Amino acid sequence: MNPLPYAREQCIELVRQMLRIRRFEETCAQLYGEGKIRGFLHLYIGEEAVAVGAVPALHADDAVVATYREHGHALLRGIPARTIMAEMFGKSTGCCRGRGGSMHLFDAATRFYGGNAIVGGGLPLAVGLALADRMQGRQRVTACFFGEGAVAEGAFHESMNLAALWQLPVLFCCENNLYAMGTALDRSESQTDLCLKAESYKIPARRVDGMDVAAVREATLAAAAEVRSGQRPVFLEFRTYRYRAHSMFDPDLYRRKEEIDAWKQRGPLHALTNQLRAQVVFDETDFQQLEDQVSTELREAIAFAEASAPEPVSDLHRDVRAAARPKT
Amino acid sequence: MNTMISYRDAMREALREALQRDARVFLMGEDVGMYGGSYAVSKGLLEEFGAQRIRDTPLSELGFVGAGIGAALGGLRPIVEIMTVNFSLLALDQLVNTAAALRHMSGGQFHVPLVVRMATGAGRQLAAQHSHSLEGWYAHVPGLRVLAPATIEDARHMLWLALQEDDPVILFEHAQLYNVVAPLAPDAAATVDIERCRIRRAGRDLTLVTFGGMLPPTLAAAEQLAQQGIEAEVIDLRVLRPLDDATIGESIRRTHRALIIDEEWRSGSLAAEISARIMEQAFYELDAPVQRLCSAEVPIPYAKHLEAAALPQPATIIEAARRLLGKQEAVTG
Repeated sequence: MNPLPYAREQCIELVRQMLRIRRFEETCAQLYGEGKIRGFLHLYIGEEAVAVGAVPALHADDAVVATYREHGHALLRGIPARTIMAEMFGKSTGCCRGRGGSMHLFDAATRFYGGNAIVGGGLPLAVGLALADRMQGRQRVTACFFGEGAVAEGAFHESMNLAALWQLPVLFCCENNLYAMGTALDRSESQTDLCLKAESYKIPARRVDGMDVAAVREATLAAAAEVRSGQRPVFLEFRTYRYRAHSMFDPDLYRRKEEIDAWKQRGPLHALTNQLRAQVVFDETDFQQLEDQVSTELREAIAFAEASAPEPVSDLHRDVRAAARPKT
Repeated sequence: MNTMISYRDAMREALREALQRDARVFLMGEDVGMYGGSYAVSKGLLEEFGAQRIRDTPLSELGFVGAGIGAALGGLRPIVEIMTVNFSLLALDQLVNTAAALRHMSGGQFHVPLVVRMATGAGRQLAAQHSHSLEGWYAHVPGLRVLAPATIEDARHMLWLALQEDDPVILFEHAQLYNVVAPLAPDAAATVDIERCRIRRAGRDLTLVTFGGMLPPTLAAAEQLAQQGIEAEVIDLRVLRPLDDATIGESIRRTHRALIIDEEWRSGSLAAEISARIMEQAFYELDAPVQRLCSAEVPIPYAKHLEAAALPQPATIIEAARRLLGKQEAVTG
């Protein structure tokens, strides 16, 4: 067994955040079954180490662009669980007033730019955010998360090229969970080495074990520093795996149970918890304390969402355009 | 004193003004810099404003339109040029799924102050991949404002107003208009808005509704109709979304007849939308069914005579107008 990557308290915090996302997602699945949450729902279970390692490694004024599997990123960025839950309940207190739902979480306060449900759609956006920082002389990083499915999109290639050509501070974070919905990487890509694709645009690229939260954190810290100081893009490929189906509608017919079980053996939450148990004072009571904290937060979030008023239909048309045009 | 200026130069002056007045404004697109713009609109601006603000892009419409959206979110006021409306289809995802949707989808937290300019329309023998008129596709989308400057005044002054919007604006420049030269009054800015139609010619007998590149042939047709004793009112839509129903309705209540001239294909066109709105708001004012004159429903062909046959022309506008008035006899002289 490897030694603990960080001091006890920091490791416990990483476990707590992974547990928080795991339980949040399990609760979403349950609420989906109860009909409280509708639409498409994509769970992050199994992939928690990527967001927990990467998102807190960014600065508060950096930007995050994510995908439709973004609950974890949103939580880590600091969007309260209650407003995310209310959003999925379609309530007026939701972070997007019930207009976005699970796939479209946004938050201006934490510079969280979605919640993009077009595969690859966030990449050009990230390039533009970085261009604005570059042109206005700000030392900020735009971290753009996307799945490996997005590398087949033209938007990926156009964005890689623009970011490299203009030397823009984008941290490309590819969450490679091996399946684009039901299509395995080697069934959709002639070149499955994703780092090679980035390198072909002269973007430094690194492959990271996405099931190892400390490895993700260290790689992100280093890459973000490089992007910030060097004012150029970096590409990280996080090798990860989702335990659950693509969405709540997916019967998961395209993967073998043995494969899923094998990845579960490497589960980041278990791995770090077991390390803590073996190497420092961390017992069942300590773990239960984390469970209780998470559970309290979740119960409060659900109660808040339940009690909130639905967005009034009379406001259906608000926020399509600015309410009043400024006069020149 | 009025100065004579081309539509192209008026657009360039509009760009120059925007770049001078607002440090957040920059122009981005294919060949806008070194080449000077595929229609020479941005010629000379690279030398004047530098490569940071006159930004040549690779041939990546999806990428650079998306980057324009991101830059707008990041506090800039980008003007993105797309060579033609046909090429804009490569960027349709970013325009429709992100730019137009973001304010609403984010519950009002984010908005996209982006101006996208593009050439549109036929008449230059550029055939089926450089000649189409798809303004109505964009006018279909909530969240966008769609402008079609057809006069020198609008070419010169709509852009600045578009840049004052906090949400995306699509601005269509008809390729046939770039060489039009007309006088521009020094105080023309005061007469331009991005809200309303304009009545370009007053008339009592029928209303001709049109926009963009179809305005000059429609006005030419109206002059010839006047010689035949028919006074046509000509409405230049200018703003394709949101449509100015009131001005159209008032005109119909005066003339009781409407002919819509639209370079788009007729099926599902803006002409269809305007026709429906006239029915809805002024049906009992009509003395005859609303008529539409649009492009032939073919991909625009190359050969000059075929292309001409595919497009509304002054002669076909006159014919349609006379038919609408029940004057179907052959016109002589």
